[in-house]
Amino acid sequence: MESAAKLSSGNLERRSLKDRLFKGIVILLSMVTISPIVLIIYKLIEKGIRQISFDFILKTPPDTFQAMTAVSNGEIIPGGIANGITGTLLMVSLASVMAIPVGVVTGIYLYENPGKPLANLTRNISDILQGVPSIVLGLIAYIWVVKPITSGYSALAGSVSLAIMMLPMIVRSTEETLKMIPQSIKEAALALGVPYYKVILRVLIPTGFSGLLTGILLGISRILGETAPLMLTALGSSVINLDITKPTSAVPLLIWEFYNDPNMVDLIWSSSLLLMAMVLGLNLLSKSIAARTK
Amino acid sequence: MNTDKITKAVLFASSFLILLIAGGMIFSLASGAVPAFKSFGLNFIWGNVWNPTEGSENYGALPFIVGTVLTSLVALLISLPLSFSASLFLGEYYHGTRLAKILGTMVDLLAGIPSIVYGLWGFYVLRPVLISLGLPNQGFGIFTASIILAIMIIPYATSLSTEIITMVPGELKEAAYSLGATRMEVIFSVVVPSARSGIIAGYILSFGRALGETMAVTMLIGNANRIPDSFFGTGNTMASVIANQFGEADGLKLSSLIAIGLLLFLITGLINSLGKFIIKKME
Repeated sequence: MESAAKLSSGNLERRSLKDRLFKGIVILLSMVTISPIVLIIYKLIEKGIRQISFDFILKTPPDTFQAMTAVSNGEIIPGGIANGITGTLLMVSLASVMAIPVGVVTGIYLYENPGKPLANLTRNISDILQGVPSIVLGLIAYIWVVKPITSGYSALAGSVSLAIMMLPMIVRSTEETLKMIPQSIKEAALALGVPYYKVILRVLIPTGFSGLLTGILLGISRILGETAPLMLTALGSSVINLDITKPTSAVPLLIWEFYNDPNMVDLIWSSSLLLMAMVLGLNLLSKSIAARTK
Repeated sequence: MNTDKITKAVLFASSFLILLIAGGMIFSLASGAVPAFKSFGLNFIWGNVWNPTEGSENYGALPFIVGTVLTSLVALLISLPLSFSASLFLGEYYHGTRLAKILGTMVDLLAGIPSIVYGLWGFYVLRPVLISLGLPNQGFGIFTASIILAIMIIPYATSLSTEIITMVPGELKEAAYSLGATRMEVIFSVVVPSARSGIIAGYILSFGRALGETMAVTMLIGNANRIPDSFFGTGNTMASVIANQFGEADGLKLSSLIAIGLLLFLITGLINSLGKFIIKKME
């Protein structure tokens, strides 16, 4: 009733003017919405590109004094973030090894038992876990790993916090992917008398492979840039460390260190540029895989 | 036959593991928080003093609870018109076009930018602009943190609203058009009312995101352990105080930080469940 009255009120010209004005506002605000991504990427490239070189990937950071000398001579700060890159690769792979198998298998369980109470509970809990702030996951890994297991900050603790973050994403993406596979394919395999685990390994997983991969890549891209949980768990290290029981650096941790050291501050842009390239690259890759298989 | 049983057991065990992790998280946070609640009782939640000086240690979480809710609310208000417009752009005006695809990808990429990069951008680009506009405290504070938070949560509200808006039946819209309604009138009298609960759920979920953001907020909020005196005042959120104070924490202080973590966990869990509940009710 009320909307009908609204529709008939006013003359046509005024209404169509209002209509066009509204569309203009929507377009304008949409452009405002996406402007930060353009501005951020522009800023990172503008300030960071000159620092990027092979040295930047292969060497460890200079000490504060070296950096200060370079800056005062107007030179590019020497060294790179090799310790962060190796640390990130180490912790992200370790987290993936922990989260992907459990996540995929749980996703299969949810898909196979849609109405069961345990499946519903697991699904709801996964959703809630997905919303837990990453800093809280840092606290958890500190309580579970740093104190009792490695008795000190460690790469293992860092990867546990990242794994808990990644797990629910994998669970839900696996379930959603499997739901789209035609039931008949699975039934055909079962009718041939194929054991259940082979149906999973040879039918479900290969058929949904690209979907699973999309979810996994997206999950990895999310944990790559995490800083807060690593501050509480991996702490950081000025040298390349591959021992999972020792403190380890990561690219986002290095950015945080550079940000807090006035002499090194120039390095934040190139490090962020590299991190963004990794994160957005994975993001776009997973999207293109998803688009290709649709 | 036997392998089938094993397979089923493995499936069951791994989903049970998730429940165990979730239960273990609550248990660990709660037991870590015991010393803090023992010393201060429920005053821990209502206390507005944060004093780590040895001998007169006193910890209250109220400044951080207020800081968290305030920044997230302001962020939500700022993001509201932006994500609403973007979802109309994607789901209504340019739905299915190439333009919408590009814009949609860019909005999604906003969710991919690491929190620390948002923090840097806020610190080096946004803050100078705000200072030149006359913002006090060298541009640090609730307002600055909220602007960055707003950008960070836009993709969450936008993607859900867009999805719901595209699901509004074409017949409903066509009926309104046939009555002579303009597009804007269709949007406000047909699209928004039928997509209302989905849009609201999207905002609730993005609010939940804002509550727990850490790095960008830590870099911009000014890190003052008191209740913010104004919109533009400095403060701290629950997440940022953990990030800030964790380094030198042990004993009662560590327990207090874990207690704040527990409160943050419960608040975000509650907000997220509310959002999911609304979505489920729609289905």
